Amino acid sequence: MTESGARFQGRRFALVVLAIGLGVACAGCKRKSIDPFPATGAVAGWEKTDDTRVYAAKDLWQYIDGDAEQYLQAGVVSTSTSDYKYQGRLDAVVDVFTMGNSEGARKILEAGGNNDAQSVQIGDAGIAYAQSVTFRRGSFLVRIVAYEGGPGTQQALIGLAHGVEARL
Amino acid sequence: MKSRREFLRDAAAGAVALSAGKLALAGMPGTRGDEKSRVVVARDAAVNAAAGPDEQKVLDLLDKAMAAHTGRDKPIEAWKSVVPGSILNGKVIGLKVNGLGSKGIATHHALIMAVAERLQQAGAKPGNILVWDQNAHFLEACGMSVNTDSSRVRCYSSDVAGFEDEPVQCGAVRLRLTKILSRECAMVINLPILKDHELAGVTFSMKNMYGVVDKPFLLHGNNCNPGVADVNAIPVVREKVWFTVGDALSSVYDGGPGFRPERLWFPNALIVGDDRVAVDHTAWGMIEKKRAEAGVPTLEAAGRPPRYISVAADRAHRLGTCESKHISVIEV
Repeated sequence: MTESGARFQGRRFALVVLAIGLGVACAGCKRKSIDPFPATGAVAGWEKTDDTRVYAAKDLWQYIDGDAEQYLQAGVVSTSTSDYKYQGRLDAVVDVFTMGNSEGARKILEAGGNNDAQSVQIGDAGIAYAQSVTFRRGSFLVRIVAYEGGPGTQQALIGLAHGVEARL
Repeated sequence: MKSRREFLRDAAAGAVALSAGKLALAGMPGTRGDEKSRVVVARDAAVNAAAGPDEQKVLDLLDKAMAAHTGRDKPIEAWKSVVPGSILNGKVIGLKVNGLGSKGIATHHALIMAVAERLQQAGAKPGNILVWDQNAHFLEACGMSVNTDSSRVRCYSSDVAGFEDEPVQCGAVRLRLTKILSRECAMVINLPILKDHELAGVTFSMKNMYGVVDKPFLLHGNNCNPGVADVNAIPVVREKVWFTVGDALSSVYDGGPGFRPERLWFPNALIVGDDRVAVDHTAWGMIEKKRAEAGVPTLEAAGRPPRYISVAADRAHRLGTCESKHISVIEV
């Protein structure tokens, strides 16, 4: 092989390596299509009672009005929500906020805490109250709220939160 | 069939006719002559909103509030003194509820049905009572189901009824009004629920009118100020929506307007009045009192005092009064 032929082969090899590298990198950049909502029975006692509703950032006001502003400022991309029921008696709602990055999720989680919040080991960080659990994992911020309180409510919510976490 | 222009003209004419006499004066500061704006705060712990309010006790509480507001002990007479006979006899009366905070913090079904019951006893046909909000999810949150059968109280949302093609000026922006307000209803009774609000500070009577326009988010700037005052100053809103039966059976004193069970509280109260500014001023005081009890900073310290309340009372808006010396708060 001549010197120029060897250089040509070398460039081709470099281009192939670059193309493969870019392909792998781009595949990694793509956000996976995730359905974070456990189906009925996937988490013991929990039934998914409503279709999932999805709101783009520009439409979030239709769901939470003035609350939308803090999520928009933190870079929310979309929000999905669904209703659940536990053991046929406890109604709850699961909101999954897909933020632009993990910093946005962290910002919202920290804003939602106060002295009464209890730290829970779900995702990257989480907090719980008697009737709600909020956690973040990567760029996802998940909030689960029960409409009624009572013994066992928090544990039931934490169980559902783990079910959601496993799907993110 | 009437054209859109005819509908708007008739709606405006109807509102002006409605405004004749007492109603023309409602909601305007100092317009009861020398009388103060009357705001009734009726409470009954036995309502027990924490356990889901007792329907009969909510009805009793409504009667007590209406009696204190009107000076008429008989509920039907009280309602007849508020809603003109010309409307009770054949016109549509809207009940604008608020279900945005989900069913954890939405206008209570028991209150909606109590108002609907008394209106029917005062002469309104069931189908001429229309319970409405922005969308079906919000109505469901209030325990209501969509119903267009005129043999019963009707219930549907703005996204179904549609919005006017022609926008109206609302401060600096142009917005389209729901046809439920512009065309269907001769009068609307405002049934908001008391909440803290992330932007506005407090959401109650006036803020509930964000539900009458197609793009309320355009009014969110500068802590909803002057957005709240501007939307209430739209002529059709000013003239048709002047009476508030406010739900303070349960409330969120911080972290609103969404449902925050950790910040939920149960005043077991109704706040009734025909001066929307005075009603909101009174409601703000209740929220601040609760925040102080809970050790939460004042709304001023939190950076979101509801300045729209005083703006609503200014010369540009003239929607009511926020001066305590001009408000008579009647606690019953």
